[in-house]
Amino acid sequence: MARRSFLRYAGAGAAAVAVLGTASCGKDHIKHPDGSYIDIGSGDVGILNYAYALEQLEAAFYLQVVATPYSGITAAETAYLTDIKDHEVLHRDFFKAAIGSAAIPALTTDFSTINFSDRTSVLGAAKLLEDTGVKAYDGAGYLIQSPDYLTIAGKIVSVEARHAALIANLISSGSFAAPDQVDANAINRSASIAEILGAANGFLKTKVYATNFNYPII
Amino acid sequence: MNLFNIIDEIEKVDPEIHERLNPRRAAIKNITSFGSKVAMAAMPFALGTMFKKAYGATADTATVIGVLNYALTLEYLEAGFYNTGASTAGLIPASQATYIGQIKNDENLHVTFLQGVIKSLGGTPVTAPTVDYTGGNGKGGGPFPTVFSNYGTFLAVAQVFEDTGVRAYKGQAPVLIGNQVVLTAALGIHAVEARHASAVRKLRNDIANGASATPTIKPYIVSTATLGNDTGVAAANGNYAGEENVTQGGVNLVSALGVSVGVATASFDEPLSKDDVLKLLVGSFIVS
Repeated sequence: MARRSFLRYAGAGAAAVAVLGTASCGKDHIKHPDGSYIDIGSGDVGILNYAYALEQLEAAFYLQVVATPYSGITAAETAYLTDIKDHEVLHRDFFKAAIGSAAIPALTTDFSTINFSDRTSVLGAAKLLEDTGVKAYDGAGYLIQSPDYLTIAGKIVSVEARHAALIANLISSGSFAAPDQVDANAINRSASIAEILGAANGFLKTKVYATNFNYPII
Repeated sequence: MNLFNIIDEIEKVDPEIHERLNPRRAAIKNITSFGSKVAMAAMPFALGTMFKKAYGATADTATVIGVLNYALTLEYLEAGFYNTGASTAGLIPASQATYIGQIKNDENLHVTFLQGVIKSLGGTPVTAPTVDYTGGNGKGGGPFPTVFSNYGTFLAVAQVFEDTGVRAYKGQAPVLIGNQVVLTAALGIHAVEARHASAVRKLRNDIANGASATPTIKPYIVSTATLGNDTGVAAANGNYAGEENVTQGGVNLVSALGVSVGVATASFDEPLSKDDVLKLLVGSFIVS
């Protein structure tokens, strides 16, 4: 039975979803009545909700960064961070529209550990979020059953990687593919859903779980 | 093909499937661990062996090897480009040698990695193509005659190669569905190519505008409604064809979500098919 569960986890079930926008397969996500946590659900819709959760987090972060720019920000940094904010907000809104009624609700964020007036604090958090986004999409790609969804994930992850390299270059020029994110074969590191949500939940009041992907609600 | 769906399907007619596969369970459990090239390269083989032992059948790897050899060809092209650039005296300013050197090293590592994986799958790595980095198919008259004598041209061609590489890997992802190890590695290389593309674009911008002023060359592809190409290199329009797309998953980002074409196109990178990529490269950069 344990083995069976593992295989089920590894293969994300056999849910096949044909067209984005009309997707409704897979178990619905679970929501705690008081809004304190959410579960992404199962199948491809679960993975889309996973991406939606991460994009919500990124969008909220950059909206705050742009609303309260850190001291000493350059014209270039203002332009870049505004662009990234626009991209992440669009990613968020795209997933909400595409997943439709199966989408998880809006998450409440917690950025109390970030000093938005301090460049080092903001860019450090931006690097963490972008690197996490790249590792998340790369690590979850194999769980996606639909070629169309996988392509959409691919369209977004390379933009996240462009962001990640940009932020790294802003922190330290030339660190765009540094060993903390890229392994000895020059392959970007990837991470499991459990690893990613464990980190992302540090920035979320609404905790996100993935019971069907080995990160259960405790 | 999806291995785990296959296992589920087989289970319907053969409840003993898990017992048959049991000795190899450790291999399945460690499937996400591909930090080591050896472990990763061995994994598809281990899966094939797993089924062979269980049922006497072999997993078909020909398609995977085909994708990997296509990727290898593109990596040869990129690695050779940076190797030639780095060894050309006076081309790359000393202050940027480390920056470009990082990209050069990564592309050479990709070549070595892909060769190793192809061999481990029982395939034969393709040999490096004959190249012409002026884009003239070895006959002269290419659009980039100063590629190794003018640093700006060198970086412009680098940008086109990196952006095209991102598109090429993206286009192959659906072909690799069902092969977790190779798909994850390909996505990981895809992300590194995107990091390179971002880095080359920022370098070009910083040379033109300085690092602190409002940038005019962005790390992401900002298309217009009618032109995907944002590089200013007209000869590369084909490499960016389709980047002007603003409809994703049936959602028109501009009309339904109210964003500009620039934001819509910069937020999503578009794939290119193998045929399209080869049409762009063979007969110009790859001598036919």
